[in-house]
Amino acid sequence: MGTNESTENLKRTPLYDLHVELGGKMVPFAGYEMPVQYPMGILTEHQHTRSGAGLFDVSHMGQIRLRGESFAQVASALERLCPADFLSLAPGQQRYSFFTNNAAGILDDLMVTRAGKGDDADYLLMVVNASCKEQDLSHLQANLNNRCEVEPMFERALLALQGPRAAAVMQKIAPDSVNMKFMTGGPLNVGGMDCFVTRSGYTGEDGFEVSVADGEADNLARKLLGDMEVKPIGLGARDSLRLEAGLCLYGNDISETTNPVEASLVWAMQKRRREQGGFPGAGIVQRQLTEGPPRKRVGILPDGKAPARAHTEIANEHGEAIGEVTSGGFGPTVGGPVAMGYVRADLAPIGTRLQLMVRGKAMPAKVAAMPFVPHRYHR
Amino acid sequence: MSEIKFSKDHEWVKLDGDTATIGITPYAQEQLGDVVFVELPDVGKMIEQGKQLATVESVKAASEVYAPVSGEVIEVNSALTDAPATVNEDALGKGWFAKMKVADKGQLSALMDEAAYQKYVEGLH
Repeated sequence: MGTNESTENLKRTPLYDLHVELGGKMVPFAGYEMPVQYPMGILTEHQHTRSGAGLFDVSHMGQIRLRGESFAQVASALERLCPADFLSLAPGQQRYSFFTNNAAGILDDLMVTRAGKGDDADYLLMVVNASCKEQDLSHLQANLNNRCEVEPMFERALLALQGPRAAAVMQKIAPDSVNMKFMTGGPLNVGGMDCFVTRSGYTGEDGFEVSVADGEADNLARKLLGDMEVKPIGLGARDSLRLEAGLCLYGNDISETTNPVEASLVWAMQKRRREQGGFPGAGIVQRQLTEGPPRKRVGILPDGKAPARAHTEIANEHGEAIGEVTSGGFGPTVGGPVAMGYVRADLAPIGTRLQLMVRGKAMPAKVAAMPFVPHRYHR
Repeated sequence: MSEIKFSKDHEWVKLDGDTATIGITPYAQEQLGDVVFVELPDVGKMIEQGKQLATVESVKAASEVYAPVSGEVIEVNSALTDAPATVNEDALGKGWFAKMKVADKGQLSALMDEAAYQKYVEGLH
């Protein structure tokens, strides 16, 4: 039991020593040695994030800055690669998006923030997935280099503070954070350090993501952990938290072989972009919006207690294979198994009866609304 | 008190007459983390040594539990269905998985005793 993958050639974030000191169980993840859990354990870490405040090291993710002569120039450049409306972003506003390919497949998903207020600092800041960041950078450079400056900041650290107590904790060392709303961000002094903070996250809870210089990350993390309400949280709980929140994991729930319409991400393609297109795969997206996609990503609740993991086959009531689970496991807050996956479009309505083929046995389940645990964002 | 033996796959087995009680070791539960689901075999099922006896799931992943000896399943610990965390809390006691009627007691002699298993686990680090 337990895998012993080689730790050779794995990178470390600026918080590596802290993870080890805290008793983090280090595992290979997206080319990094990352803590999957701390001695508290995944269940307790999950519950602590839902009731208190959890600190996550997400420094393995890629931060990229896009700069140009004007905000409009940068925003319209990025719109060539993503189906989101960036031109309408207000200063400090953040938006979820994805890079698409010509088949409308998703190359990566990302968070984009308009950093400035029409001033010199009016650029776009992106956070992309660790496993895709080199490829994303090449993609941006190849397509946007003559339109804006593409500046990787991969050495920069990123910390996420998540949970219903995150705001109270942040307020003590960054009083101005109290005025921030969900999906906004900007430069902020946190505990004496110059940071870029957004009110966002990947848990369904209120919280912040704090971008900080690599040399100050350890100091900032220790400052946050010095608060009695904050506990370190590993990748294991990060996954169960985001699954309960119904949030996609790139590589599982969305990939080059899924398009945004079937992935139920139409909400992330604003009206102007849906109508006008102008991004890779726009024709396919528009056709599927009109005709309806052949399959859809849905939430799935098994009737029993057995978790259905990724790649579990989904059948209809007659035993006919109609899809596959893309993420699944035990939801600690739900108190039972939860999953998401793709099903044939006619079986996507909430309440539809399904069967999950777990270890050769058909387990009854039903299509369920997501999120499985209500979001508690600070809007 | 009956002797306890251990397999390389981190199962333990205690023999009482020709009845073997089987579970997973404290090391195994520690590696798994919080156990959230246990799938037990049907009573009456014949299982060969080294074949799958049960499935144990933590938040993160599913793992197979193998039969350390061959035999017939005569009882399962159905209390684990409602309280799977018992495996974490008392792996060598209340967290047992199944009882088997052992076909060949000689199979136990090939398993490790406590000292040998301790050494084996230390060698894994």
